[in-house]
Amino acid sequence: MSSRNAILEALRQNAPPPASSPAPLTGIRYADPIKQFEETLIGAGGRLVRITAPQELASELANLDVYPSAAKVASLVPGIPSRNVDLSAIEDPHDLEGIDVAIIPGKFGVAENAAVWIPGETLTPHRAIFVIAQHLILIIPAHEIVDNLHQAYERLHWSPNTFGVFISGPSKTADIEQSLVIGAHGARSCTVILL
Amino acid sequence: MMGHAENAAPFVADEDRAHWHDQSLWFVRAKRDRQASGIPEWEALREAASAIKTHTLSRLADYLEEFERNATANGIHVHWARDGAEHNAIVHQILASHGVTRLVKSKSMLTEECHLNPYLEAHGIEVTDTDLGERIVQLRKEPPSHIVMPAIHLKREEIGDLFHIELGTDKGASDPKYLTEAARSHLRSKFLGAQAGLTGVNFAVAETGGVVVCTNEGNADMGASLPRLHIACMGIEKLIPRAADLSVFLRLLARSGTGQPITSYTSHFNGPLRGGEMHVVLVDNGRSRILGQQAFRRSLGCIRCGACMNTCPVYRRSGGYSYGYTVPGPIGSILAPQRDPQKYASLPFASSLCGSCTDVCPVKIDLHHQLLAFRKVLVDLKAVPLQKRLSMAVMGFVLSHPSLYRMGGGLMRAIVPRLSRRLVYGPWNPWGIQRELPPMPKQSFRDLVQREPS
Repeated sequence: MSSRNAILEALRQNAPPPASSPAPLTGIRYADPIKQFEETLIGAGGRLVRITAPQELASELANLDVYPSAAKVASLVPGIPSRNVDLSAIEDPHDLEGIDVAIIPGKFGVAENAAVWIPGETLTPHRAIFVIAQHLILIIPAHEIVDNLHQAYERLHWSPNTFGVFISGPSKTADIEQSLVIGAHGARSCTVILL
Repeated sequence: MMGHAENAAPFVADEDRAHWHDQSLWFVRAKRDRQASGIPEWEALREAASAIKTHTLSRLADYLEEFERNATANGIHVHWARDGAEHNAIVHQILASHGVTRLVKSKSMLTEECHLNPYLEAHGIEVTDTDLGERIVQLRKEPPSHIVMPAIHLKREEIGDLFHIELGTDKGASDPKYLTEAARSHLRSKFLGAQAGLTGVNFAVAETGGVVVCTNEGNADMGASLPRLHIACMGIEKLIPRAADLSVFLRLLARSGTGQPITSYTSHFNGPLRGGEMHVVLVDNGRSRILGQQAFRRSLGCIRCGACMNTCPVYRRSGGYSYGYTVPGPIGSILAPQRDPQKYASLPFASSLCGSCTDVCPVKIDLHHQLLAFRKVLVDLKAVPLQKRLSMAVMGFVLSHPSLYRMGGGLMRAIVPRLSRRLVYGPWNPWGIQRELPPMPKQSFRDLVQREPS
């Protein structure tokens, strides 16, 4: 018998009595989800910038410490140019190494954990961009903040072979004596811009 | 056979370090409490997580078939392994057929369980663990001492000395930020040079045919997004039915484990990179047998958050290595003896049965009840030392005969105070190795109550 069938048969033989799946939960709601998002993001080592009009974007970007001095900027946001990087000319994701800042549009944010949903198609053709860049700038519409993860997954739809990632703050580790260090393998900073 | 207590002896002997270890883990437990108390529906979430796991386990075979169908439709190659040896052979075969000699790995307790690294290394493949804690213990040629914080037993100076030798950092430097930066650049070159990435799996979803991996460092994403070949290895119990179920588990996982609202990266891998290949290896390795054991099957609901070890008074004071198994702490003390009751017979006794593990478990595994139930199994199997079995038989007899109990108590109160210390704390009293008997009272509690005017 193949291992597959042996495993399935053993599982069927040893299966516990049927038990039904629980009803969906209603999660926490916040009076001010944006405030909650911001506080949680700061706790996760990130920072929030709020903008009221699209034309402020360029000046706000210029105010960020990581952006003006960056040699290589890869932008996936329409209207914001890349700098010294031509993503469409990159064949091999290894050539993304050396990018200082990646600017990526997020679909929505989650107030309870400051996670921003990045659908894989946004990252096409190289999904490594979100983790290989030294600094991340994520841009999401201000009205796209949900309270909790239950609402978040209600919004997600899955077609075959799609990638997607929740990003909550910069890359970090506390593996040395529980002391928090920002910038383990991925982004050294994570700025979320609410537009 | 060395038991938990003997294995713990060197750790316990260094009182300062044992205390420091205890405090480090309690700090994480306290962070977990702050996160849990911020969610009003916390208990409902735990209930839901437990119910989803119970439901999934009741039809795990069906869901695995659904997962296989959907994963295959996603372009993922699905493999089945009955045990660790078959798992290792499958992984090696995939790597060999692509000519891979350099592999980067993110954290996977399953591959630790199967001893994949030494197997691949024996076949000439360079394996680099990329989680910082795992890299540290790999360079020290040690296994992880905790499933979420693999190097929790080490002090920064020891890591500084290790990195000085292995990575050429400044001698005596021990600043975590500096050491992490050194590891970052060392591991980035490993990521860029690897021909394949292997990740663990936090959750596999039957409905989508994909897997979800959670990390704070981003190492799984580096490993699975740069090389064209991605292999994900998972125990078959990691499956959940629907993507919506992820919301329940992801709200619990990081809050319970490290006291964060969520990990930095929660990546949903539903297929290969463009032009690449993705493989998922489904591993049984004893899990289908555990499923058949009514008293212990709930242990299969474990999501490996580590909360039970962070809170466990025994784990905190004895360290992960005292358990001698891939997964230490309360959950490990149930999983290990399932694998080999003789070898791991001491583990279910390495617990005060205080129940703190059960209280914090995000999927409501009845951990301390299972530890107690396993003691009975082990005594029945005669896997427990004769001295312990005999003393339990004697105590059981005495406790079920009230007059004998009263007589025994009277004798002890009369005799023990007259005995020499050497006689009371002889080798026949292992209980007294690090403990002092309280002074014998003049009269028993029963005497006191009877003399009390009603």
